[in-house]
Amino acid sequence: MESRIFEELREIVGPRGLITSREELHTYECDGLTNFRVLPRAVLLPDSTNQVQKIVRVCHREKIPFVARGSGTGLSGGALPVENGIVISLTRMNKILEVDLANARVVVEPGVINLDVTGRVAPQEYFYAPDPSSQSVCSIGGNVAENSGGAHCLKYGFTTTHVLGLEIVLADGSLVHLGGKTLDAPGYDLMGVFVGSEGTLGIATKIILRVVKRPECVRTLLAAFPSTNEAGAAVSDMIAAGMLPAAIEMMDNLAIQAAEAAVHADYPNCGALLLVELDGPAAEVAALMGHVDEICRKNGAREIRVAQSDAERALVWKGRKAAFAAMGRISPNYIVQDGVIPRTELPNVMREIGRLSGEAGLRVANVFHAGDGNLHPLVLYDRRIPGQEETAEALSNRILELCIAAGGSITGEHGVGEDKKKMMSKMYSEPDLETMQRVRCAFDPLQLSNPSKVFPRPRLCGEKPGEYVAHPLETAGIAERF
Amino acid sequence: MDASVSAKATASTFEADVREIVAAKYVRTAAASDAVAGAQPSLVVEPGSELELAKVLKLANAAGLAAIPRGGGTKLEWGNRPARTHVILSTARLNRVIEHAWADLTVSAEAGCPIGKLQETLAKHGQRLALDVLWPERATVGGVLSTNDSGALRLRFGSLRDLVIGVTLALADGTVASSGGKVVKNVAGYDLPKLVTGALGTLGVITRAIFRLHPLPRETRTISCVTGDVREAQRLVFAIQNSKLAHSALQVCCGTEMQPRVDILFEGIEAGLTAQVEQVKSMLGAGINEASRDVWNARQEICSAGKKGETEFAFARFATLPAQMAETIEMIARLSAAVLRWQVVAQATGIGWVRLEGEPPVMESVLRESRAGLERGGGSLVVAHRAAGMSAFDAWGNAGDALLLMSAVKRQFDPRGALNPGRFVGGI
Repeated sequence: MESRIFEELREIVGPRGLITSREELHTYECDGLTNFRVLPRAVLLPDSTNQVQKIVRVCHREKIPFVARGSGTGLSGGALPVENGIVISLTRMNKILEVDLANARVVVEPGVINLDVTGRVAPQEYFYAPDPSSQSVCSIGGNVAENSGGAHCLKYGFTTTHVLGLEIVLADGSLVHLGGKTLDAPGYDLMGVFVGSEGTLGIATKIILRVVKRPECVRTLLAAFPSTNEAGAAVSDMIAAGMLPAAIEMMDNLAIQAAEAAVHADYPNCGALLLVELDGPAAEVAALMGHVDEICRKNGAREIRVAQSDAERALVWKGRKAAFAAMGRISPNYIVQDGVIPRTELPNVMREIGRLSGEAGLRVANVFHAGDGNLHPLVLYDRRIPGQEETAEALSNRILELCIAAGGSITGEHGVGEDKKKMMSKMYSEPDLETMQRVRCAFDPLQLSNPSKVFPRPRLCGEKPGEYVAHPLETAGIAERF
Repeated sequence: MDASVSAKATASTFEADVREIVAAKYVRTAAASDAVAGAQPSLVVEPGSELELAKVLKLANAAGLAAIPRGGGTKLEWGNRPARTHVILSTARLNRVIEHAWADLTVSAEAGCPIGKLQETLAKHGQRLALDVLWPERATVGGVLSTNDSGALRLRFGSLRDLVIGVTLALADGTVASSGGKVVKNVAGYDLPKLVTGALGTLGVITRAIFRLHPLPRETRTISCVTGDVREAQRLVFAIQNSKLAHSALQVCCGTEMQPRVDILFEGIEAGLTAQVEQVKSMLGAGINEASRDVWNARQEICSAGKKGETEFAFARFATLPAQMAETIEMIARLSAAVLRWQVVAQATGIGWVRLEGEPPVMESVLRESRAGLERGGGSLVVAHRAAGMSAFDAWGNAGDALLLMSAVKRQFDPRGALNPGRFVGGI
């Protein structure tokens, strides 16, 4: 990159908004997935939409690839810089712009931290539902890119359920508004495609969120089972009984041990722990809690506890949310995997994971969003032992293949990013991937916005050879080709 | 050879080619009743499989002929009149429920499967697609998705974008592609199910879809409350929304000859319902009563044609901010005053339906002015049924600054404009 370009970028964001020194750039060389590292040419810290547009226009003119970054907590390498590219960090765009509770809307900039949205509306007893485990540090912009989930999405849905409108900067620097404060804006649901597109379709600079009224009553139950089989059977029975809990989480013995060591959540030591949260009207929750208790006992739960206070409930969740990081207590290194299976495949897939784990000679701890079949197997290994890292990676990939074979997905909430793009061809056929990339070609024909992520191979965006047919919009003078 | 002779030759070659793919009895000349928003197609084809459908579409695309996908045909007139029309691609024979994975709360169905039939299948295991669509006995999976139809249950369960988890599409060039899958939680790749929901079949023909399901409620209770005016109705709606009640639906019905009525639906188990109904009674005081479930047919009633020979009518869907529902209804009432009969069913989500009856030119100007008012407030109005005698004014209204991007998406999926040309926003 030539110095005149650095000069131009510095003029846009000011001297404090441009990072070019090698030492400082190292901070941005990876996201939460640390085994991929690329040093960007520069990091830009814009503080307004206008600055983002100006930066992107320079990138477009000079064909410089760019990667947008929020808090950098992603676990699939989505915010990994690209060779010879720049990183656009949105952390300075961190204002909550509007709180409109009459319509249950909150408008934010992308750098706003997830939990701060709830913090802002909590006094009026509203909350922002998507709750990824990293919610105290991850940004809404990053959540939009990844379509983040969380423990409570079983009942409340994902980020995409709660985003109503977006202001985005396209890869040519133009500004476009998708969705809005009202529902069902005429036209294609491009917002629905943008959410979860992992930064490949542009940069969100303003986000309209829906917030939700707090339920009257929340109750959390912990049930200790001999193994994940019994716990899984209890989950199936709850679903079959027509219940839709706010969350159903499962941890196996290794995960319990790690969480205990890290945050002393006072979990019972057992083969599998089920954490069930019900919310809603008090009378209904009370009745259903009795039913859940019954189902757990019938399936062999030997200890059942109901959190008696908000503090107890918070502690129960603290253990669960700390589970990934807690693995450091029981293993020097670990890989966090994220796969999805139809819930009914749980016993089969668990058995296979156990078998593969035995074969590889590596321990696998399991943390699941059991209600929706989202598995987080954690493959434990020691990098210092030669060959073990490769064995762990191979095992981790085998687990994803199990998920695909069971009719599931290679990612439920962490995204494809850099990490899983090769797995995409195992989950989807070539025409499926080509079709998705048509969207990419419409948004970003030069493929400058987070290129080389998500898809195993980029699609050429040129028009296919053949007879030229003018689009009706062109003939009507409404649009032109670009 | 002049242009019309050449077009005739193309059409007859196309028909012959189609007959090679689809059995003769499923290919027929279009009748007057096959017209689409006033445009007369030439041919109706009912492919027997996804692959057959894709092949026919590919042929039409190659021949430069326009294809109109059709399910139950209940909402075929929604959208603008097609710029060109040649072949109706009917999904009538693609009507199977493919798999109801009840223990996983998902269902996979072919596009031509009627929603009513789907719900019957799901009910056998105590489940449902939590969506109350118009004319469910005829409306199909593909049609409902393409028109993004949803009713009062949306408040609690979301609309189709929240319920569809996978689709398979036939694209204009014959590509058959799937996106999403049969698990509820899945962020692998772009969310094409959302892209084609509400796209009116302009990007591809939906051939299959997978939905997440919800349990059928064990008990339901409906409470209605007649109010003095829409401002009072709005206050009640806000009080209920701002409470901790866990209602499934909340709507306001009103019109020329109808005081605003607020309806609340509760679903769940007996213990929870009783407590909530008591709570509503203490919140709202006098004037409320338990009502029959029929009040939830209000939307379908105002969207359905009257008896033959009755006054001309039009209906439209509008979107406003939830807190501006009263203002919106007052605006419609004011514009219609003394000239038209009007009825509105508005949901607490801010989505509403308006029916007008009267002189077509007057209805048209009321719809246009209502749209202008709604758009000033960030909302929209989409015309679903025009009365005979109304001009072919745009059904959609302003698509904002994203229109160029939408056209670019259209060009990527259907560069020759074979699918439903001219029917969607901005002439797409």
